[in-house]
Amino acid sequence: MKRIISVLMENAPGALSRIIGVFSQRGYNVDSLCVAPTDDPSLSRLTIITHGDNKVIEQITKQVNKLIDVLKVVDLSENSHVERELMLIKVATRTELARAEVKRNVDIFRARIVDVHASNYTIEITGTSDKLDAFATTISQTTEIIESSRTGVCGLARGEKALRP
Amino acid sequence: MKMMSGAAMVVEALKDVGVKHVFGYPGGAVLDIYDALYAQSDVNHVLVRHEQAAAHMADGYARSTGLTGTVLVTSGPGATNTLTGIATAYMDSIPMVVLSGQVPSMHIGEDAFQETDMVGCSRPVVKHSFLVKRTEDIPMAIAKAFYIANSGRPGPVVVDLPKDLVNVQESHPYVFPDDVTMRSYNPTEKGHSRQIKKAVAALMAAERPVLYVGGGAINANASAQVTQLAEELNAPVTCTLMGLGAFSGVHPQFVGMLGMHGTLEANKAMHNADCILALGARFDDRVTNNVAKFCPHATIIHVDIDPASISKTVNAHIPVVGTIDKVSEQLLHALASEDLTQQEARLADWWKQIQQWRERLCLRYQPSDEVIKPQRVVEAVYEHTKGDAYVSSDVGQHQMFAALYYPFAKPRRWINSGGLGTMGFGLPAAMGVQFAHPDVTSVVITGDGSIQMNIQELSTCLQYNLPIKIISLNNRALGMVRQWQDMIYKGRHSHSYMDSMPDFVKLAEAYGHVGMKVDKLADLDGAMAECFSLQNRLVFMDVAIDQNEHVYPMQIKHGAMDDMRLSKTERT
Repeated sequence: MKRIISVLMENAPGALSRIIGVFSQRGYNVDSLCVAPTDDPSLSRLTIITHGDNKVIEQITKQVNKLIDVLKVVDLSENSHVERELMLIKVATRTELARAEVKRNVDIFRARIVDVHASNYTIEITGTSDKLDAFATTISQTTEIIESSRTGVCGLARGEKALRP
Repeated sequence: MKMMSGAAMVVEALKDVGVKHVFGYPGGAVLDIYDALYAQSDVNHVLVRHEQAAAHMADGYARSTGLTGTVLVTSGPGATNTLTGIATAYMDSIPMVVLSGQVPSMHIGEDAFQETDMVGCSRPVVKHSFLVKRTEDIPMAIAKAFYIANSGRPGPVVVDLPKDLVNVQESHPYVFPDDVTMRSYNPTEKGHSRQIKKAVAALMAAERPVLYVGGGAINANASAQVTQLAEELNAPVTCTLMGLGAFSGVHPQFVGMLGMHGTLEANKAMHNADCILALGARFDDRVTNNVAKFCPHATIIHVDIDPASISKTVNAHIPVVGTIDKVSEQLLHALASEDLTQQEARLADWWKQIQQWRERLCLRYQPSDEVIKPQRVVEAVYEHTKGDAYVSSDVGQHQMFAALYYPFAKPRRWINSGGLGTMGFGLPAAMGVQFAHPDVTSVVITGDGSIQMNIQELSTCLQYNLPIKIISLNNRALGMVRQWQDMIYKGRHSHSYMDSMPDFVKLAEAYGHVGMKVDKLADLDGAMAECFSLQNRLVFMDVAIDQNEHVYPMQIKHGAMDDMRLSKTERT
């Protein structure tokens, strides 16, 4: 089962490699990873999408929590939460039909065209990973995808809950 | 404010944390630090012959005292040579700080001479590590390293020091912190009161309880509390290989070590228990045998300082996070309001059953007049040291014989590589013990395979006059490998024998020590007496033992805890 593990850690050199190390040395899966400093620049927040049964997920949270640089770990998927991922996708728009179809799908998915070239559009889309997958699938049925880049998921718990030091 | 060089800061910070001994080996990247060591006498440096041994010495020092062992090595090969020692300490949760030299900051990443990414190399086997970036950060990095190493679940910490930071020509302000606090690291010491209540209820309801005591009880110096707890509950106690001595091996409630080579009564008691109180043990695969068949009737109370150890392999019904001393005290406090007067009567049937298992005398072995049995050698060591020595061991059959036939009445007396199983650990560990306790008898029980993995340290022993007693159970083979080949591989002894054994007596003498060879049972006692009477000399006793002896009892693979072989022909 897919899980969203959110980690609050010191924004220190080597901290990220320790977390990644736990995943590789203990054989846990990383489906996506998103990391950046928080509003407090001394802290980083990292979101890992992983999958496994409850026992594995419990071990992941415990083993990550055990790292000295880690302040807090939470499994966001345990409770209601907001999750978003961003994708930039460059698609071929060589024909009038392709341009029109792409534009229509961009509107339907509430994406945005952020760069226009004679033969391609670059589109920005945010949403859940499922939405991004659906958009990519739909576009691929219309025209050729030249390249794409995804950020990996980031998320926050809904309501009062927060990951603070 | 004191001004000093980075190198002087390293030495000053070691003084400030109270380090007495540093085990190390110089080299290019740490020459400045060695120069700073030269000018003082507070920190005693021990020059080893191989950096791996430095780490094991620091480890033996730590295990026998509870203090943090300290290592100082140069960059590159000096640093990587310590990795096996670091991993050994990591697996057994031993406090250690390794100071490694590093190439100058501006050359990091250039594949400079003797450069390795020590922080990267050691990452999977350290509790934490620091790559120091500024000279003025050195005291804080060292203070934090020692704090982390010996708090919470102890473990090794690496501090990597680039050469330009420790330059003796430069001066920087030295400020040693009064106190180390870290917002991201606050180990829990006391158990949750609700969990304590649940644990007490389970213990009071139990009719067949067992205390399963591991190395965590030793790390927490909790022997007194664990003993009181066992006595008040009137419960049998088993110790893991790492826990031996946490509860006295000669106490009437002790049923022996458990696990792969545990006693019949310990494994039977575990398998048939209705309540297991695990104190600082981690249910590892050398204890549980097949997890699916593990202790089917037991409510498991698991007390551990490390939440990640709880329910990792075996699910705990009542998890309690905390140190063994604190949680045992909490349990004792809660038990004080329970009626324990009926415990003896309530557990009478359980003890009767245990007595029946004990009567099978699982540690009995076939004595011989012709060959020397390894068990007999360990018994002789016990007799001649009155059971009061510090015994370090290497890894293999001799380790199990020592664990089974030398009962430890006190904690921190049994020094062995339990988790990693590091051959070559014994001699340097015993040296660390001897540095920590100059007046005690420090014995190494080893084998002809293991001793050759760090034998160069005999030279260090001479330099520092360490009167260690090395008892080598020489069976001209890698005994444990050979045993498995006998049992599983139809006796195909693939590369488990050595037909070019050195003359260990001459070898010991070449290093300036006393060498003794014993190949007749009749000579054993006399030789032991002589060996232990030579109080100021290192004695290497090469004992020719029965090559065909196996370690029993032994769990049968894929079975339950109590599915065991008791001898080559007998099963449970």
